[in-house]
Amino acid sequence: MSDPLISARQLVKRFGDFVAVDGIDVDVRRGESFGFLGPNGAGKSSTMRMIGCVSPVTEGELRIFGLDPARDGKQIRARIGVVPQQDQLDEQLSVEDNMLIYGRYFDLPRSVCRQRTKELLEFVQLADRAKSRIEPLSGGMKRRVTIARSLINEPELLLLDEPTTGLDPQARHVLWDRLYRLKQRGVTLVLTTHYMDEAEQLCDRLVVMDRGRIVAEGSPRELIERHSTREVLELRFPAGTNEERAHEIDGIGQRHEVLPDRVLIYAHDGEAALAEAHARGSAPESALVRRSSLEDVFLRLTGRSLVD
Amino acid sequence: MSTPAAVRVWESHWTLYRAIWKSNMAGAFVQPLLYLLGMGVGVGALVNRNTGSSDLLGGLSYFEFLAPAMLATTAMMIGTQESLWPVMGGFKWQRTFLAQAASPLSPGEITSGLLLWQLTRALIAVGGVACVLVLFDGTRSWGLLAAVPFGALTGGAFAAPLTAWAATRERESSFPSILRFGIVPLFLFGGAFYPISELPGWMQPIARVTPLWHGVELCRNVVHGTLGWADAAGHVAVLAAYVVVGTVLARLAFARRLAE
Repeated sequence: MSDPLISARQLVKRFGDFVAVDGIDVDVRRGESFGFLGPNGAGKSSTMRMIGCVSPVTEGELRIFGLDPARDGKQIRARIGVVPQQDQLDEQLSVEDNMLIYGRYFDLPRSVCRQRTKELLEFVQLADRAKSRIEPLSGGMKRRVTIARSLINEPELLLLDEPTTGLDPQARHVLWDRLYRLKQRGVTLVLTTHYMDEAEQLCDRLVVMDRGRIVAEGSPRELIERHSTREVLELRFPAGTNEERAHEIDGIGQRHEVLPDRVLIYAHDGEAALAEAHARGSAPESALVRRSSLEDVFLRLTGRSLVD
Repeated sequence: MSTPAAVRVWESHWTLYRAIWKSNMAGAFVQPLLYLLGMGVGVGALVNRNTGSSDLLGGLSYFEFLAPAMLATTAMMIGTQESLWPVMGGFKWQRTFLAQAASPLSPGEITSGLLLWQLTRALIAVGGVACVLVLFDGTRSWGLLAAVPFGALTGGAFAAPLTAWAATRERESSFPSILRFGIVPLFLFGGAFYPISELPGWMQPIARVTPLWHGVELCRNVVHGTLGWADAAGHVAVLAAYVVVGTVLARLAFARRLAE
C-alpha cells in the first residue's frame, strides 16, 4: 500500500468538556473515495475541520500528504478543496466573480483563475450562468458553484461535508454524477453524510461514526454482509401496537428490531419470512421486502436510526 | 509574481464593493452634506450673530469650524459601519471568513486584509466629503489633501477595535447599543459641533481620549493651516495606537474564532 493521503491515529477533538471526536484511527488512500457516515453530532464535521487544517487537533496524530497540520497547515490547505456544509458564496456577486476571488485566495494569477473558471463551470454544467448573480440560483446550482469553486486550485484531495443535504432528489443525482467523474479523474474524495444512499453511491470505503467514535469500517457491501442479512422484511402494525404484536413474529428470520413506526425482520429470504408471518396468522397493515442497507447496519451497531 | 496575502483578501472586499457601491453612496455623501447645510449654514447663521463666538471658534465662522470636522465624523461612521455587521456576517451569514480560512490564508492575513479594506472605505468616504468641501471658499485648502489620510486613520481607529470586539460576539444584538451609547454621543460631544472646552469639566478628559476628538482636531487644523507639528504628531500617535492595538486584538479574535 502506498503512503496514505490521510492518516489519523487516536485523533481527539474536545471543545471544553465536550468530546466531539474520541480517539479515531483513519487511513485514506490516494484516489479512493472515503466516507464518514453517521447521524448529526457524531463528530463527522469536527473530523473534517481537523483534516481541512482549520481546527487544531486536541490530541493524537494527524498527517495529510505526510504533513503535520499544526506546522504545515498552509501547504496542506493549498492542495485540498473544501465543500462546506453550508454554502459560503457571496450572493451579491456573479458566479465568475465568486470563482475569481476564491482563486486569488490561493494566489493564482487572474488569467489562470479565468481559464479554470471557464473549464470548471462547464464541468458543473453552469457555463451559461457565469454572469448571473448567486442569489437567484437554485440550491442545487449554488452547490455546484461551491464544488466548482473548491476545484479552482486543482486539489488532490476534496473534502465534502454533507454535500447534498437539503437538495431535491434530481439535484442530488446531478451532483453525484459530477463527483463520480472527479473520482474517475483521480481526485481523492472524502465526504461526510447521514444519507445511506449517498454513502452507497459514492464511497469505496467508509467508517460509521457514533458519538465521536468509529463503530465499523469497510466497503458498503462488506458492512452490510458483516452486520446485516441479505434482505429485510418491514411490517407495519396499527399505530402503537408494534411492541405487543412483535411476539407474533418471534423467531422468524435471524432477528428483529421494533421501531416506533414499524417492525423489521432480518432474514436471508424476506418473502419466506413474510409467508411464515402470514402462516402464523399475523396480519400487518402493510409489508415490504427490501435489500439490507447501511441504515440497517447503523441501526444494528448503535440501536438508533441515522435520520431522526 | 505573488501578491501579498492581505492585498488578495482586500481584492475580494473591493470586488464586492464594486457590485454594491451605488446603494452605499447615499449614506456616505448625503448624510455629511445634510449636516453641513443644516448645521453649518442654518445653525451657523445664529452662532455667527453671537458676538464673541468667533473668538471661541478660533476666529472661524461656524461653517468653517464645523465643515472640516465632518471629515472625521464621516470616517468614524464608516469605520463603525464596516466593522460591526460585516464582521458578524463574515462569520455567520455570508461566512466569507470561513471560506477564506479553508484556503491557504491564515487568520492573521484574513484580518489584515479586512482592516486594509476598512481603511480604504474610510478613505473613499472622506475623499468624497473633501470633494464637497472644495466647493466652499471657507474650506478650499491644500490642507484637505492631508485631511483625507487623517480622516482615514480616524476611521481605522474605530474599525480595528470594533472589529476585534465584533469578532468575539455570538449575536449582533448588542450592536445597536454601540451606536446609541458610543458613536452618537461621540458625534455630539466629541468636538465636532463646538469646542470641547464648552463641555462640563468632567467630560473634557473623556472627550480627549476618544479617537474622534483627535481626528477632528487634525482635520480642522490642517484645513485651516493651524496644525502644529507637535500637535499633529500627538494626535496621529493616539489614533495609530488605536489602530495598532485594535489590529492585534482583532487578529487574536479571528484566530480564536476561526479555529472553533
